[in-house]
Amino acid sequence: MSTTTPSTAATRIADGPPPQPLPGPAAPPRRGLRRLGVSRALLWPALIVSIVLTQVPFVITIYYSLQSWNLLRPADQRFAWFENYARVFSNGSFLSSLLATVVITGSTVVLSTVLGLLFAVLLDRPFRGRALARTMIITPFLIMPAAAALIWKWSMFEASTGMVNWGLGLLGLPSVAWNTDVPVATVILVLTWQYTPFFTLILLAGLQSQSRDILEASSVDGAGAWRTFTSITLPHMRQYVEIAVLLGSIQLVQVFDPVAIMTRGSGGTKTLAYLLYERAFVGLEVGEAAAYGVITVLVTIVIATVALRTLFKVFTEGTR
Amino acid sequence: MTTDALAPRATASARPLGRRLTAAGTRRRIRGGAITLLTWGVVVVFFFPVLWMVLTAFKPERQAATDPPTFLADWTLDSFGKVFARDMAPYLINSLTASVGSTIIVLLLAIPAAYALSIRPIVKVRDALFFFISTRFMPVAASIIPVYLILQTLGLLDNINALMILYVGVNLPIAIWMMRSFLSEVPVEIVEAAQIDGAKLRTELFRVVIPIVLPGIAAAGLICFIFAWNEYFLASILTSTAARTTPPFLASFVDGRGFFLAVLSAASTIAVLPVVIAGWVAQKQLVRGLAMGAIK
Repeated sequence: MSTTTPSTAATRIADGPPPQPLPGPAAPPRRGLRRLGVSRALLWPALIVSIVLTQVPFVITIYYSLQSWNLLRPADQRFAWFENYARVFSNGSFLSSLLATVVITGSTVVLSTVLGLLFAVLLDRPFRGRALARTMIITPFLIMPAAAALIWKWSMFEASTGMVNWGLGLLGLPSVAWNTDVPVATVILVLTWQYTPFFTLILLAGLQSQSRDILEASSVDGAGAWRTFTSITLPHMRQYVEIAVLLGSIQLVQVFDPVAIMTRGSGGTKTLAYLLYERAFVGLEVGEAAAYGVITVLVTIVIATVALRTLFKVFTEGTR
Repeated sequence: MTTDALAPRATASARPLGRRLTAAGTRRRIRGGAITLLTWGVVVVFFFPVLWMVLTAFKPERQAATDPPTFLADWTLDSFGKVFARDMAPYLINSLTASVGSTIIVLLLAIPAAYALSIRPIVKVRDALFFFISTRFMPVAASIIPVYLILQTLGLLDNINALMILYVGVNLPIAIWMMRSFLSEVPVEIVEAAQIDGAKLRTELFRVVIPIVLPGIAAAGLICFIFAWNEYFLASILTSTAARTTPPFLASFVDGRGFFLAVLSAASTIAVLPVVIAGWVAQKQLVRGLAMGAIK
């Protein structure tokens, strides 16, 4: 396994602290006295498993996406170049799916960020029963998404006996036929409910990492709570919001569970993941579905990039 | 002596200041109380669906879906009996097998890898880390079709071990990422001391490093368990009967006809219980693990 020169360890001991081997800003390697070979041996199993389980299938997906292949007619399988992509872009279901994905992901991320920031601020200050309140807030994150979708659909959003309409009634507002009239809203609300705790946790970690000295200095200087929040806390929170948004949107782009369970893709909720599922496992169009898979990966990359850029802009402008 | 000299002046100036502070203090206390009240209001609304699910599970079916809602029901355990009469146990066992099994394998692979990436010297740490985290970001949709066809060819569809191995692939990157941030907090001197003392790799790992990062291992293991237990997409596509796990079982539990809300709530309550309890008990590790995995 080892390919390094056996003298490495010995020279290092002799020379005292060894030079950092290829330090990177993300992960500066720590000093150690053993040979590189052992480290590689420790890393390889995980690397191989990861490559076999994720990269190899993706490469095969790319290959499939260039095939004309329906499982009902396996004999007709042939290489088709970019036929599937041409078909995907020319039929309407792709664009409406892309729109559904962007609308659902975008709305959920925005709502979860706003609510997450609010919860984080509220839960950061000391009050009686704070530990219990935090436990209650993180619970939706722990709830199985399939269970969450079912409970929301039948127990919360149901038109005549659901709790949401009952609550609206208490406030004197009219009932809404959630499941039939606004399926997109139901999916977004359930996802927001499940992702807000995740955002809250990360943002809370951000709030707690603020330097108390700076906050005190600001209040001594006579800055009000709101001013302190906008000019010190928010800029400090930028990287935390960025990470939460990035991780959240990457998960949400692939969203499948509530769509499959609550709406079955009706009413503008047919996300890319659900469309792929339909084409592959209902329509048995392997080639076309594989093309959706490749496109989903590309969209993930784009959304992650755009999310980061936009946020960066909002925060830098907000602090000036 | 200094105290004596300063004390009278301090009390003298403190008195009027103190009075002013009481007025401001009262105002602040009222405002603080209002914010606390608002906090609890928001928390209760947010938590309500969970509470309502549990309450509904203990209602008789005829009181489960009513308008207006029934708050004082004739509480009963009937629905739980019905759930197990519909044979939920095998699905729970499948879920347990896939989640616990995949979590153990993930930890066995992730701890050495994270160790190599944080404490031991290795070339291209950044590349390796970037690779792992990028596989986490790759949508499952990108690989489901070949995975399905390969499992079909091998006769491994509806096989719980196959699902377990796939969960290893899903959870491995996040476990490595989290373990690495926990391991990089281990003081390097301790490891070096052990190495100079001539400790073998195994001793170094098991006697020195692992005891220090045990809470981190618990956190990473918990996150992997949660993701695997709750996973729906792969489970619904790759299993049908023998290896069916809880989430797809739950999803096909009701067809929307007749009265089913109490029994559905009972099944959901059972399904979410292991993860919710584990999450509550290990809340500190969970929060820390998530924050670290996400930020470092």
